[in-house]
Amino acid sequence: MSENTNAKLIYMANQIATFFQSQPAQEAAQGVATHINKYWERRMRRKLFEHIEAGGEGLNPLVIEAAAKIRKPEAA
Amino acid sequence: MNLVREIDFGTPASKSEKLVTLTIDGREITVPEGTSIMRAAMEAGIEVPKLCASDMMEAFGSCRLCLVEIEGRAGMPASCTTPVAAGISVSTQTQRLKDVRRGVMELYISDHPLDCLTCAANGDCELQDMAGAVGLRDVRYGYDGANHVKARNNGEINRQWAPKDESNPYFTFDPSKCIVCSRCVRACEEVQGTFALTISGRGFDSHVSAGMNEDFVSSECVSCGACVQACPTATLTEKSVIEIGQPEHSVVTTCAYCGVGCSFKAEMRGEELVRMVPWKDGQANRGHSCVKGRFAYGYSNHKDRILNPMIREKITDPWREVTWEEAFAHVASEFRRIQYQYGRDSVGGITSSRCTNEETYLVQKLVRAGFGNNNVDTCARVCHSPTGYGLNQTFGTSAGTQNFDSVEHTDVAIIIGANPTDGHPVFASRLKKRLREGAKLIVIDPRRIDLVRSAHVEASYHLPLKPGTNVAILTAMAHVIVTEGLANEAFIRERCDWSEYEDWAAFVAEPYHSPEATEVYTGVPAELVRGAARLYATDGNGAIYYGLGVTEHSQGSTTVMAIANLAMVTGNIGRPGVGVNPLRGQNNVQGSCDMGSFPHELPGYRHISDDATRETFEKLWGVTLNNEPGLRIPNMLDAAVDGTFKGIYIQGEDILQSDPDTKHVAAGLAAMECVVVQDLFLNETANYAHVFLPGSTFLEKDGTFTNAERRINRVRRVMRPKNGYADWEVTQKLAQAMGLSWNYGHPSEIMDEIAATTPTFAMVSYDYLDKMGSVQWPCNEKAPLGSPIMHVDGFVRGKGKFIRTEYVATDEKSGPRFPLLLTTGRILSHYNVGAQTRRTENVVWHPEDRLEIHPHDAEQRGIRDGDWVRLASRSGETTLRALITDRVAPGVVYTTFHHPSTQANVITTDFSDWATNCPEYKVTAVQVTPSNGPSDWQRDYDEQARQSRRIAGKLEAAE
Repeated sequence: MSENTNAKLIYMANQIATFFQSQPAQEAAQGVATHINKYWERRMRRKLFEHIEAGGEGLNPLVIEAAAKIRKPEAA
Repeated sequence: MNLVREIDFGTPASKSEKLVTLTIDGREITVPEGTSIMRAAMEAGIEVPKLCASDMMEAFGSCRLCLVEIEGRAGMPASCTTPVAAGISVSTQTQRLKDVRRGVMELYISDHPLDCLTCAANGDCELQDMAGAVGLRDVRYGYDGANHVKARNNGEINRQWAPKDESNPYFTFDPSKCIVCSRCVRACEEVQGTFALTISGRGFDSHVSAGMNEDFVSSECVSCGACVQACPTATLTEKSVIEIGQPEHSVVTTCAYCGVGCSFKAEMRGEELVRMVPWKDGQANRGHSCVKGRFAYGYSNHKDRILNPMIREKITDPWREVTWEEAFAHVASEFRRIQYQYGRDSVGGITSSRCTNEETYLVQKLVRAGFGNNNVDTCARVCHSPTGYGLNQTFGTSAGTQNFDSVEHTDVAIIIGANPTDGHPVFASRLKKRLREGAKLIVIDPRRIDLVRSAHVEASYHLPLKPGTNVAILTAMAHVIVTEGLANEAFIRERCDWSEYEDWAAFVAEPYHSPEATEVYTGVPAELVRGAARLYATDGNGAIYYGLGVTEHSQGSTTVMAIANLAMVTGNIGRPGVGVNPLRGQNNVQGSCDMGSFPHELPGYRHISDDATRETFEKLWGVTLNNEPGLRIPNMLDAAVDGTFKGIYIQGEDILQSDPDTKHVAAGLAAMECVVVQDLFLNETANYAHVFLPGSTFLEKDGTFTNAERRINRVRRVMRPKNGYADWEVTQKLAQAMGLSWNYGHPSEIMDEIAATTPTFAMVSYDYLDKMGSVQWPCNEKAPLGSPIMHVDGFVRGKGKFIRTEYVATDEKSGPRFPLLLTTGRILSHYNVGAQTRRTENVVWHPEDRLEIHPHDAEQRGIRDGDWVRLASRSGETTLRALITDRVAPGVVYTTFHHPSTQANVITTDFSDWATNCPEYKVTAVQVTPSNGPSDWQRDYDEQARQSRRIAGKLEAAE
């Protein structure tokens, strides 16, 4: 089941990246990071980081670029 | 308490600013030019007798009772049709007038039954009042001649007589009592705009006819009640009045159906509701109503209503009735256990967009202060969350920009992804009135909604786009406006960030955004897009009204931004007649958003990470608040499936039926250990609940609702809660059981707390609302009278922000297996998941959900009108009956979601808006095939629902 929700998170992150990709280039990564910081709960961000640390397969490169600016939640 | 009496001035107010002074019965009075003599007299306190006049519609001049004499003028003009003139001297009572009026009245009564004592209108009959007013003492003509009163004359069948029409479930039409004043016909035309009624025949043969001499329920009548309200006799009478009698007191309150938020007088006899009558001073509805608010309140004492709290260990057990104390103690201990076992973040709550602001505020307070996390969300998640996000980004406020009165100044209206005549009927009536006055209309919708062409309304443009291509169409319109030099540069330079505008303008001007290039996937001919864009940009005040057809897409938030861009580029912001107007679905969806129902923000749209805002609440509540955003509804369900979310308190919402991908919702709920549902009925979500707390109706509590125009309207209690407690009391007692020291004695104290903590509500209090009637937020020192129109001198965020809106096709695509696109909507007589309206007589109009399919697609599949069809998507399948119509384009099918047996959301997918997770209800790739009847899933579901509604010691609760 957790596989499934992981896939959903990746999908959601990529959707956000797709929107910001169309915005002026200098704002794109910050836009993704701000959005995720503002609206994603800790569990979701934690999973995102776990996935990035595991190689980030399937993630839009803009999400990976933005990761440095996303607040990292403490471990569970 | 008394009945709230409203003065009928006889004719509408004049809007002229020029004043005229005249004398009526020796009294000098000054009124605006264009005012009728009748109205001027009434304003001076002189009531001229009248029967055919009402200030809800234009003067008609047919009853000949309101005659007056004017010094120096010949004859006796009707005071309703004669405008005032400077210096004239009017007499309303002379011997000649008395004689003529008495003669007129005598004729009326000679063809009217004399059963006044047993008549339902006894006590509320204008005909009787006027007979009294003119001093009618005798009818010299007798009652034996030609008449409409008796079924037989001297043993012969009387062809002028017609029987009572009782076909409408809510009112009767008794032609024998009709005086043919035409008020009903005019109300249907002028107020409602349906044109269902007419006067058939001429002279003595004249009679009111619904449709083509049909009964009311078979005619085009939409049962709005405007005719019943207008009728001066017992010809059109509410069945409830016939059954109960005349009301003795009334209380002004607010409808609990859609986001228009109509004001009603609840007319009562003791604690029994006799009828709901729209209140003329209601600033959203101006005295009008629809079938739901006016009549569909019977659910409040429906036999299915649950009045005692219930508990069960497992969802497969029957329910066990318990005391309130037991229920509260159980929930408190379960939530504490779950939090101890699985962590503080393992529980959450859902506030209701159906409940009051005060109740919503308490639920989010319970979650934040009691549960200690921010896992709170509301039904707006699945409807207008993109509105909040998109308008906040572009303008700086998460709300519509106008009041409803604004439509009276609109020259071009764009309706996109909304079907106001069904979803927001009272607003639709106001819009249609403006359209009949000459305003233009552009409809952007995959389906040919009624507004595209109906009685005396025709859209200049209908852009029948493929579902899911809103952003492409709106960006193409922006392309036309920018490349054809139609942008309002003066407005943009003054109000918006110019460099952001330049960036955006260059973006939309790219050739691939042109209507010609996008036609391929939107399916809308380029010329239509160009024509619509030019009309909106150049033809005066342009207003955009939109609904869930905009927001419920994976690009919902982008579409809202595209709408905001269009309004800014044309300068259509900040004055009457223009603006961006989300048509909100639920009565208090605006309010629930305002009250901090979202997991990332506190009341007043302030982000939870903002230290100063948190501090305000921390000081007042005596707790430390979590500064991290919580889970949204879909995230809660995902976390439940993952095993990290175990308990939920749901007030007044049926997520199992209303949220997408039913199977996923069911799996999430089934994975939880304590699901608490607070509702009027055992709704679908309650099938998965462990605790049921009975709710109260809007008639049973005090509070406020905030409608789509940010208007804060009072809800006033007219009867005691049948379940014992108003919903805010239930939440308070639950909080107390969890150890919180809440002690609100009345909802007004909750509003005081909201006002003290939320700057946009600073001046709001119950006393102030009683004084003002209603106010639109922001209502504070800067705007003490409230804010009917926003962004008047500049945008709330400072400079308006243009944002690029790139079209991204949804991943929900049609293909060989699922070649059709399903989109969903609602119908006039039902409301949302139908929990209320299905428990009223409204089922007469819509007993089941139907699948609209184009004749071409139907023929290819061998489907005939009325056949059962199987509707399947990647998520699931269901069955329902087909309705063959060319209102939908080939390739598109449409259905409503009002009936749980249909379960349209078994079909919808879990795709959602990129910014807010608002589900993509409006696009699902499906296949439609002939079928024999209900699917296995429907049968299983029905059985499970039946099982889960068992109450120990009671007969099975019938749905």
